Amino acid sequence: MTAYLFKRLAIALATLIVASVVVFAVLEVLPGDPARIMLGMNASPEALESLREQMGMNQPLITRYLNWISGMAIGDFGRSYTYSSPVIELIAERITVSLPLAIMSLLLSTIIAIPVGIFAASRRGKLADTISMGAAQVGVAVPNFWFALLLIYIFAVALRLVPAGGFPGWGDWWQALKALILPAVALALPQAAILARVTRSAMLDVLGEDYIRTAHAKGMPRHIVLWRHALRNAMIPVLTVLGLQFAFLLAGTIIIENVFYLPGLGRLVFQAITQRDLIVVEGVVMLLVASVVAVNLIVDLLYAVVDPRLRAR
Amino acid sequence: MSLLEIEKLSLDIAGMPILKGMDLAIDAGEVMGLVGESGSGKSMTALTVMQLLPNASRTRGRVTFDGIDILSAPEAAMCRLRGDDIGMVFQEPMTALNPVKTIGEQVAEGIRWHTGANRPDAEARARAILDRVGLPEARFPLSRYPHELSGGQRQRVIIAIACALKPKLLIADEPTTALDVVLQKQILELLRDLVDENRMGLLLISHDLAVVADMADRVTIMRHGEVMEASETAKILTQQKHPYTRQLAEASVHVPVRNAPSRSGSAGVAGRGGAHEDPSFPPPPGPAGHPPHKGEGKSAPLLVVEGVTRDYAGRRKSLFSKAEPFRAVDNVSFSLDAGQSMALVGRSGCGKSTLARMILALDRPTSGEIRLLGQTVADKSEAELRPSRREMQVVFQDPYGSFDPRHKVERLIAEPLHLLEKKPARTERREMVAEALHEVGLAPSDMDKYPHEFSGGQRQRISIARAIITRPKLIVADEPVSALDVSIRAQVLDLFADLNQRLGVAYLFITHDLTVARAITDQVMVMHEGKIVEEGRTSEVLDNPQTEAARALVAAAPDLERAIARRLGETA
Repeated sequence: MTAYLFKRLAIALATLIVASVVVFAVLEVLPGDPARIMLGMNASPEALESLREQMGMNQPLITRYLNWISGMAIGDFGRSYTYSSPVIELIAERITVSLPLAIMSLLLSTIIAIPVGIFAASRRGKLADTISMGAAQVGVAVPNFWFALLLIYIFAVALRLVPAGGFPGWGDWWQALKALILPAVALALPQAAILARVTRSAMLDVLGEDYIRTAHAKGMPRHIVLWRHALRNAMIPVLTVLGLQFAFLLAGTIIIENVFYLPGLGRLVFQAITQRDLIVVEGVVMLLVASVVAVNLIVDLLYAVVDPRLRAR
Repeated sequence: MSLLEIEKLSLDIAGMPILKGMDLAIDAGEVMGLVGESGSGKSMTALTVMQLLPNASRTRGRVTFDGIDILSAPEAAMCRLRGDDIGMVFQEPMTALNPVKTIGEQVAEGIRWHTGANRPDAEARARAILDRVGLPEARFPLSRYPHELSGGQRQRVIIAIACALKPKLLIADEPTTALDVVLQKQILELLRDLVDENRMGLLLISHDLAVVADMADRVTIMRHGEVMEASETAKILTQQKHPYTRQLAEASVHVPVRNAPSRSGSAGVAGRGGAHEDPSFPPPPGPAGHPPHKGEGKSAPLLVVEGVTRDYAGRRKSLFSKAEPFRAVDNVSFSLDAGQSMALVGRSGCGKSTLARMILALDRPTSGEIRLLGQTVADKSEAELRPSRREMQVVFQDPYGSFDPRHKVERLIAEPLHLLEKKPARTERREMVAEALHEVGLAPSDMDKYPHEFSGGQRQRISIARAIITRPKLIVADEPVSALDVSIRAQVLDLFADLNQRLGVAYLFITHDLTVARAITDQVMVMHEGKIVEEGRTSEVLDNPQTEAARALVAAAPDLERAIARRLGETA
């Protein structure tokens, strides 16, 4: 188990380093001079030069990379060119929206998808299976912003239960939750549809295994066989998909954030890209990379919890 | 009244008749052997008693267990019976245990469910039964996972699960088919003892007459969902009244006719796929081994294996200690002449398959040298190996798993042709495939079918056709008949003998089944823990084994003649 743990940690660290090099290199070669963007097209060459010097842009590539990476290690992500405030503060502000949103939608999608998947697998070929998988097919096919508009129309415009958009901040947590619930549902539905299909097919694979027959021959009733013997064996593909989905939910919510006018990470990075605010882009991207790596590490460790055969490696 | 009574049982699955008016009865303390070929309905009979049939099943007739009408019992009642009064043991121990649960959890689960015992009590009982089946707590604590146990040990866990609550009836469906002969003997003895201790009824399902002859008090012989014959074991096997019983008995001890090399012109002597029906079939065990095809001038051997060793990286005990390598094959040397047929026998895990993989250049020896026709096959690139690959082909055990189900037979058989220097044109290729199909007793028109359209025996013929299409000098066959029924096994053995005669191809037969070794090979090597411990003429080694390992194999091998003789001695 310790060997497995160390190996996974080493892989995670290596991934982070490679990713940081790639992120840094890509933004280096992109056209667009931040100093010029900050000072405008009519800036004098002397002013540009002194700003570049001030920003450390005239130092060798390697030094700049090392400064950047060592700064990040102690939480210094640099200063945004456009907002003129530390990147870490921008991220911290936005993450109070994005992280709760991601967690809420992930929980929602798991709570919906896993029981539906198990239920459909246990009724394979019957009406209940056909209906739930038909619904899942629709859920996969329909884009989440369309769901979002539908939800706004029903719950915000017609029923007036929740606001149609905007985020009041966490001062009043009840209002904050109300503002996040519709985007969370809109994000969760397509994810749940995918997860339900994965759960169903993983369960069907497992239900055909010999040890399921052994459990039946032991006299265990169907529901115990399903939950106690089959589910845990079906968890590996389900966990894989869950990990991928969490990564997507953190970063890939730009459209939903725009529909609901939420100040999340997605919009921050989108604006930063259009304004060539490279230091913000780098910071957010590295944060997302780190969280994806962390989630994958957790998923890898959960594999070992689920399946004792992996612990031996 | 009997413990289990099956009367006029018929079973349809999705409209297909599986069982037709089947009768069977077992008393307490009795061992009933249920024998038949695959697809004869043996397993479906067992699953009917357990009420674990597939969804689209319809049953008619009566099945009474201990006064309970099984066919009309509700699922809740069946859940109470299963694992408590009726236990079941399955064929495949490697997959029959849940990989994510400890053996303790899996044994204790049924005990808790049926008796309502609390966890410590259930675990104490689990410990007791595991100890009884030969897995003592000191070496096999309840916290072991299935992947930490060998196949034989796993089968013991399954038996512990089935027998934990002292069932009145135990159903064992091919419980030893996946195990080597030594393990088979141990498991059968365990089952026998459990029957005697608890006055259990045992329904022992097997395709192996010798196993059943050894174990069963009475035998029921099935074919195509019907009972052919049912009687006391000694009677049924000595009298062999029913022609099908006779056919099974003959097939299970079948020895292909293998002529001296001088009569190579008589192509049809071994009779493609039908020699076992020959009434003038000589009684075994005869001196099967004809002298090997030596004689003229003693040219260089076909295959030379010299001091071959293969180490695998072992598992590290901790993060910092060095891994102990595991020696799978240990300094093995032998040579094989052209046209010779050699058996490599040994228990599972002794290194036979690893050695075969190295000979086939699918794996590289850690040290030592392997030469085919004077050319070394180790440490060569795939391109350099091509001439050697043409000269050696392989036949695997599982005729179901070794074909891509989406390819037609033509493509499957033609696959090795890419080894030829000159790629044959399409018509030429079809001719070669047709020729190969003809050689193995299939019709040339079969080349446009898919593998699922063939039976297990036919598929094994297709694998042989694939192996001979490049006209190799050597075929390595890894347990080529152990997945086949006895009568089909006899036919495939005939085919191997026939091809050896006509094409002069040499065989290296890897098997744990001594009957097969005796039937088809001239020479035998006994492998044990990576080493060749004994070798010589097949008949001599098997009749008079010298080493411990060889003696254990010979003693454990089920032998129909011996079993019948013993039965007669008991009744007399």
